Amino acid sequence: MSDLYHVSSSPHVRSKDTTGRIMLYVVIALLPASLFGIFNFGFRALLLMAVTIAGCVASEWVYNKIVHKKDTITDLSAVVTGLLLALNLPVTLPWWEAVLGGVFAIVVVKCLFGGLGQNFMNPALGARCFLLIAFAADMTNFVTDTYTGPTPLAAMRNGEAVDTMAMLIGRIPGTIGETSAIAILIGAIFMILMGVIDLRIPASYIVTFSVFMLLFGGHGFDFSYLTAQLCGGGLMLGAFFMATDYVTSPITPRGQIVFGICCGILTGLFRTMGANAEGVSFAIILSNLLVPMIEKYTVPLAFGQVREAKKQEGGR
Amino acid sequence: MGSKTFKGGVHPFEGKELAKDQPIVEVLPKGDLVYPLSQHIGAPASPIVAVGDKVLKGQKIAEAGGFVSSPIYASASGTVKAIEPRRVAVGDMVKSIVVSNDGEFAEVEYTPCDNVAALSAQEIIDRVKEAGVVGMGGAGFPTHVKLSPKEPEKIEYIIANCAECEPYLTADYRRMLENPQELIEGMKIILQIFGKAKGILGIEDNKPDCIQKLTEMVRDEPRIEVCALQTKYPQGGERQLIYAVTGRAINSKMLPADAGCIVNNVETIIAVYNAVKLGKPVTNRISTITGDAVAKPGNYLYNIGTNYAELIDAAGGFSSQPEKIISGGPMMGFSMFGLDIPTTKTSSSLLCLTKDEVAQIEPSACINCGRCVEACPELLVPSRLAKFSDNGLSGEFEQWNGLECIECGSCSFICPARRQLAQSIKTMKKQVLAAKRKK
Repeated sequence: MSDLYHVSSSPHVRSKDTTGRIMLYVVIALLPASLFGIFNFGFRALLLMAVTIAGCVASEWVYNKIVHKKDTITDLSAVVTGLLLALNLPVTLPWWEAVLGGVFAIVVVKCLFGGLGQNFMNPALGARCFLLIAFAADMTNFVTDTYTGPTPLAAMRNGEAVDTMAMLIGRIPGTIGETSAIAILIGAIFMILMGVIDLRIPASYIVTFSVFMLLFGGHGFDFSYLTAQLCGGGLMLGAFFMATDYVTSPITPRGQIVFGICCGILTGLFRTMGANAEGVSFAIILSNLLVPMIEKYTVPLAFGQVREAKKQEGGR
Repeated sequence: MGSKTFKGGVHPFEGKELAKDQPIVEVLPKGDLVYPLSQHIGAPASPIVAVGDKVLKGQKIAEAGGFVSSPIYASASGTVKAIEPRRVAVGDMVKSIVVSNDGEFAEVEYTPCDNVAALSAQEIIDRVKEAGVVGMGGAGFPTHVKLSPKEPEKIEYIIANCAECEPYLTADYRRMLENPQELIEGMKIILQIFGKAKGILGIEDNKPDCIQKLTEMVRDEPRIEVCALQTKYPQGGERQLIYAVTGRAINSKMLPADAGCIVNNVETIIAVYNAVKLGKPVTNRISTITGDAVAKPGNYLYNIGTNYAELIDAAGGFSSQPEKIISGGPMMGFSMFGLDIPTTKTSSSLLCLTKDEVAQIEPSACINCGRCVEACPELLVPSRLAKFSDNGLSGEFEQWNGLECIECGSCSFICPARRQLAQSIKTMKKQVLAAKRKK
């Protein structure tokens, strides 16, 4: 048998990209926002990141052990989930609540649905919403030693003026990673340059949201109001890092644009009409639920196919 | 600048350096020659010799089995030893004529054509058909069928596929450098059939010397142009090439002729020249014997039917133990478990790799990243098609245009989860097409 050569189906070569490397790029892209979070909120921000990441990775490892599945922590997706979750928490949150969030994200949202690639909603956002309901007071407590006022979005809701420059840079209260639009954009540009994400989802999300706020925001064509809305809350973090989550967004190119539009409309609706000043998390999670339907209606035409001809075949 | 291309595609490691600068070397076979009766698309050829018959080089030994079929010629003189099933590169057993080689290479007399310009379109097509010319880039579609479209007056472009987009392959490259005159003459012969058509040589821009040389040579040919193409796989795919050159997109239900195009590979056009001008049937071709396991990678001209093992000897044997041997390129070629396989009209390359990278990888879960969607030159959603295939959902597979797949392998190549997407899709495609034929 030894003189037989290997036989397999073509192609016989592969690119160098792996799932782990993509996840590593995402972690690197999150570093500017994470570092700014530590700078803005102090050492406790780092502590929360460490415990949520540890909670996520450990629960994935334990879960796979219990159900006798292959260990998957080396794909780094649990690290991404943990870090994203931490960036979505207020720095004052008790550490055990953060860990609980991490466990919920990995076990309930991801593993119970079959693990990586099978979850229907973003694990970090699922956990954030879980914490928001379970520990409503802790999750909306943005008062720290440095910041005693309300978040800019809440302030704007009450008709107060906000400092848009401080919002761009990120010297404002909020969750650990959402405050600095600039830090998030640096990470986003890195991801786009490395080919991790493209602009379809974030661009359609942000454009739709802007149009919605201009039409229904009640402030008319007020540029500084719009800037404050864009930089406030979790919009930037959500648009670039969470709506673009591969698993929970459509794979069809046209579907991605539709998905971004859904996120934009829902965020606008929640922010203008909702009881809360913020709505990014819920908007993305609800849009996640629409993904199967969006994909069904956005099957791309193949190369050289004409839409009418495809319809005549009776295919949808 | 301004090289043309298509949407999607991938950039595999090129590996052409290994054999690129090796001039074509002629190899004469020592052992038996084996001629599978099915080395083209269409009906198998039917033998017209019997065991014990003496044959000469250039003698017809099998007649075309229909219109979409092609005759087969002996490429060496000797005695017909057997007509029996033999293993071919794709792994099947195919009925083959085995000729024991007497080592003399006695040839029949060919009837060259002194005045090609006086030939009618039908005469040219007949000579091409008689010579057994098929698509020698790998597909093996009989060339005379391509040259006989329903409406010949609607053909606007004759495209020479000089892309050679498969990594490692350099045979077409050497042909363009060493036999450009034959290529251009062959193109002119085809253009003679189609009065309104323009001849275009589509060359990837990783071969600037070919682009320069051929551009200079066709300067005084009003009907022939060189078109530089972006270096990207699968630039030499028929539909992708047509799109890059003309901007016209065709799907699986259309023929290139529907877009006013006929596409032929370099080696095929040279075979057309040999057939029409010199009256020589297809008995020889050139292949790249390459890979890191080969002592002297290079480009070899040999008699079709030669055993692959003899070609390896010609290339200096193995310098190190190969793990995988591929007939064709690394993206679409067929891996073979042994070397006792005959070469055919479509053998463009033999690639010997010391390491089989595919054997070491382990597929993980699809993360829906969409890289396969970006890479697919047919604008499909390969990850979804593979899932439908794995779950046996043929209806969904068709709805998502699975039958449009050209099996280029770009999706498997790019997948970060290392999934065998192309393999799954090919499997389901075969099943769906088989079910359709039954109906």
